[in-house]
Amino acid sequence: MMNATSKSLLQDRVRACPDPIQVMSHLVLGYPSLEENRLVMDHMVAAGVHIIELQIPFSEPIADGPIIARANQESLRQGFRVEDGLNFIAESCRRYPIPILIMTYANILMARGTEAFIQRAAGMGVRGLIVPDLPLEEAGGAMEWCQSYGRGGLDWIRLFTPTSPDSRLQTLGREACGLVYCVARRGVTGQRTEFDPTLMEFLNRCRAATHAPLALGFGVRSRADVQSLAGKVEIAVVGTAAIEIHLTQGAEAVGRFFAGLK
Amino acid sequence: MKKGYFGTFGGAFIPEILHETFRRLTEAYESARKDPDFWREYLDVMENYSGRPTPLTHAENLSAHFGRKIYIKREDLNQTGAHKANNVMGQGLLVRRMGKKRVIAETGAGQHGVATATMAARMGFECVIYMGAKDVERQRPNVFWMQQLGATVVAVTSGSCTLKDAINEAMRDWVGSMDDTHYVLGTACGAHPFPEMVSWFQSIIGMEARQQILKQAGCLPNRVYACVGGGSNAMGIFQGFMDDPQVELVGVEAGGEGIATGRHASRLASEDGRVGVAHGYRTLFLQDDDGQMRETHSVAAGLDYVGVSPILAHLHTTGRVRFAAADNREVVAALKTLMRHEGLIGALESTHAVARAFAEMPHMQEGSVVIINLSGRGDKDIFTIADALDDPGWREFILEKARQYQNR
Ligand SMILES: Cc1ncc(COP(=O)(O)O)c(C=O)c1O
Repeated sequence: MMNATSKSLLQDRVRACPDPIQVMSHLVLGYPSLEENRLVMDHMVAAGVHIIELQIPFSEPIADGPIIARANQESLRQGFRVEDGLNFIAESCRRYPIPILIMTYANILMARGTEAFIQRAAGMGVRGLIVPDLPLEEAGGAMEWCQSYGRGGLDWIRLFTPTSPDSRLQTLGREACGLVYCVARRGVTGQRTEFDPTLMEFLNRCRAATHAPLALGFGVRSRADVQSLAGKVEIAVVGTAAIEIHLTQGAEAVGRFFAGLK
Repeated sequence: MKKGYFGTFGGAFIPEILHETFRRLTEAYESARKDPDFWREYLDVMENYSGRPTPLTHAENLSAHFGRKIYIKREDLNQTGAHKANNVMGQGLLVRRMGKKRVIAETGAGQHGVATATMAARMGFECVIYMGAKDVERQRPNVFWMQQLGATVVAVTSGSCTLKDAINEAMRDWVGSMDDTHYVLGTACGAHPFPEMVSWFQSIIGMEARQQILKQAGCLPNRVYACVGGGSNAMGIFQGFMDDPQVELVGVEAGGEGIATGRHASRLASEDGRVGVAHGYRTLFLQDDDGQMRETHSVAAGLDYVGVSPILAHLHTTGRVRFAAADNREVVAALKTLMRHEGLIGALESTHAVARAFAEMPHMQEGSVVIINLSGRGDKDIFTIADALDDPGWREFILEKARQYQNR
């Protein structure tokens, strides 16, 4: 198992970046279409986004709030197929000079065989996998395959949450690699998060539990939110807010939005 | 074997944010299970509030008709008219022990929602029920009762607007509300400890049925039939006979418009179920090659679900339980027979077990003894059944009622 000092391309990359706070954006594949996804990604990268998380839609997205859940459903309704998504991801890894992560649910991996899925993701140059319904207790095989096929190129991303006691954070954080995704609060994606002392205290608990870089997601919506995280975490994750802007104002506005976060 | 696993099925595929909640729930469940006072209190509530033990009725007319001894376990006589009461009262007692103040639940047919709403009213909990918009439409009477009982009913408009989407929505509530809220899952599915815990509360059906059949028939049954949605009433009655290998256990799934049409909800009885992970557990799901859940179909909302209890999936693999399907047409026909011969109005869900039993009776040895679990009563299905029977008097009544409302 990898520890904080062993190699991880994702971790090296995050550590090497001089920016006081890095930004990770999120897209739901096929929503509104893969062509639109491409356009938005071009704008995101041009605006200086540091990492992009691509969500492969699933029919039962239990960890997602209404906006992202509807995006999953709409993409599927339009006939999204996982094979097309994987080809799109492979192309994205070649096209953009920044790390690409996959976020999806366990059944999407299982349907193709978890090992085969991971082998393919590693081959494509995907830098991390985020699977919210595959907790540590069930992820043994997946973590080993990331290690054996990725050899430091593909990290299994662990999650810290405010309901985890310190002992649990320690268990999760000890062998974390790449980055740790910190969930800002209870609830699903898309709801408001208070950037208050309680959150900062949670982030202190996170920091104490791992050597890996921290990313904070769920409810990060504005420049003020992002700036308030500088020095607390390496990465701010912006998801729902960008989807809303894309829907109401188009792809270019997404670029302006991300440029304005710095 | 790993905890919470039944063969390769089960597990706890839950978001990290719920890890601690499940740890505490499992702890509360395990300590209740070890505590004889808990089960005593449970039996007391079931006797004095829900009307247990429910009778085992010798269906004399059907027995004469088929030439086999048919007994019917009367879960339709529970408080709120279904076996769902057994589960919710048990979980309600557990909620009290855990000191939580609010309960949420998913519901398909509305039976579990109504049962949960009665439990919440009785025990003083705030209550929110998630129900697919499609089910809200086809089970309106139950929506009315849930609201009268003080529950908030949320119509879920995501996904296929049925039971699976109601489960997702309840989970979305729970990941934000777990500090004061318990999710009263309605069947023997979901993440550990739910399949095991719900089966435990439902085991009261099998315990009673075993004693009753020995007393009435003087022997164990040759076969036991139960319908299978998520699998809780089936697990409940089967557990009474699990260690009697001579008793054949038959789980009956929804054949919908026919297995061959693909429009059904038979995860185990058809060849269409594939192993996967969703809603917190690993079992056979009706899904496509990409792992996306398919739409399911049944005249019975309570059987209209993509997954099935991991315990039953395991018992299917070991061969201890045989699975079969009954389609919509067979079910409506069987309901007519059941009503005319025995004066019993079964729920459409439960009548799947009845339909399959009727179909198999001619192939059983004469004089065989059979138990059918009648998991619920059919009052809630009056609109669906009246449609299926195309009853002209009912139609006229509804039209007249509509005219009256319009003229108000
Ligand atoms: C009367 C009745 N029987 C059966 C079921 C199916 O559930 P299970 O398989 O958990 O018993 C339902 C579900 O709503 C029901 O209302």
